[in-house]
Amino acid sequence: MPENTPHLEFRDVTKSFGGNTVLNDLNFTVGTGERVTLIGPSGSGKTTILRLVMTLEELTGGYIDLGGNPLQYEERGGRRMRVPDRQRRRTTQQVGMVFQHFNLFPNMTVMENIVEAPIHVMGLKKAEAEAKAEALLDKVGMAWKKDARPSQLSGGQQQRVAIARALAMDPEVLLLDEVTSALDPEQVGEVLAVLQDIAAETDISMLIVTHEMQFARDVSDRVMMFDQGSIVEEGEPDKIFSDPSHQRTQDFLRAVL
Amino acid sequence: MSSWWSWEHAIGALPTLLDGFKITLLATVLGTLIALVLGLIVAIIRRSAPSIVSAPVTGVVEFVRMTPLVVQLVFANLVLSPYVDSTLAIGIWVLGIHYTTYMAEVYRAGIDAVPTGQWEAATALSLPRSRTWRAVIVPQAIRNTLPALGNYAISMFKETPFFFVIYIPEMVRNAQTYGGDTFRYTEAITLAGLIFLAASYPTSLLIRRLEKKLA
Repeated sequence: MPENTPHLEFRDVTKSFGGNTVLNDLNFTVGTGERVTLIGPSGSGKTTILRLVMTLEELTGGYIDLGGNPLQYEERGGRRMRVPDRQRRRTTQQVGMVFQHFNLFPNMTVMENIVEAPIHVMGLKKAEAEAKAEALLDKVGMAWKKDARPSQLSGGQQQRVAIARALAMDPEVLLLDEVTSALDPEQVGEVLAVLQDIAAETDISMLIVTHEMQFARDVSDRVMMFDQGSIVEEGEPDKIFSDPSHQRTQDFLRAVL
Repeated sequence: MSSWWSWEHAIGALPTLLDGFKITLLATVLGTLIALVLGLIVAIIRRSAPSIVSAPVTGVVEFVRMTPLVVQLVFANLVLSPYVDSTLAIGIWVLGIHYTTYMAEVYRAGIDAVPTGQWEAATALSLPRSRTWRAVIVPQAIRNTLPALGNYAISMFKETPFFFVIYIPEMVRNAQTYGGDTFRYTEAITLAGLIFLAASYPTSLLIRRLEKKLA
């Protein structure tokens, strides 16, 4: 069960691209072990939120803290200071991300993809890393393809490997960015099943952007509805999906369900 | 039989031509190595170093690329010969550095062609910058650029005759010398051309096959 200690905290977060404000003065927290799903129309800033946590985008204003540590900027002596790259990397080591387009390294085998960071970031011995990778591949049903190249795998298989790769770093927070959107329909189920297992067996905090509403309903503790860079409403999945209070949410759900 | 072609002279020129060919080959191999390594370093500096470093590098690269190889050979020889004993070494370095500037462009295109998602995956795994370059970006960039790099190696091979301006005894210079000594230029020059063809044509076929395999 999720605790109430904030694991991830957004404070007054603003993000603009050029003159275009995507997120506007955003405040929310994710508790330790909590699973939060972001829903809303495309362009509402959901993916940007994940990318900010992963430091793939630079904050325009405000702060994001992870486990009490500043992620991109911190307040020191009343001034907003940039956190140095090395320290950022140390903090983001606790965060894993799975991408819409998998982004496996095509020049490496499945096994090499998974052990790359454990060996070169966490400093594991090769044998240790491989044993761990083997167990994870087993969990996502891909152990039989450990010597294959990503190009030899289907989209669903690649995504399952990408999930194992993210988990190999023992993340405390897992970011799932539309992980089934690029898949053929018949491959969506295998990926969601793997994620449901992981949600059930671990206590990793998750921040999820998805268009799979049934999946969102099954795994989330809380759902946040976004529109134009702000939270329209939030609540338990049953409440949001069955009885949304906001007109904007009702319209959105009617369109996607 | 004093016609335009004499087999006697063709055979007579062969030993000195092959001696020269060794130098041509050596210059091509070492020049290519220099250009492969320096080109990659230049490409990475231009892409990721702060502008205080990358701007001067860009300046030098543009300067070298926009001036003729022959001028660079003569100039470098004039400036360096008091300090460097081997003219061949000067020639090889000039050739290598000249082609470094082309190779750097090829690498740059190869690096740009690596999808952003690869950088993002590396960030998501907290891979350090140096490891990202070495394990993820460079292997993919080189794969993208292998055929173009091969073509530049062939082109270097064909430009080694420019070494004649600094009196390096490579194959074409030896052909000239043979002609000067015997007043038979045709055989020596023709053979030199054929030797070039015999070496570069199979190589280019090889590169074309590689290109198809990588595509």
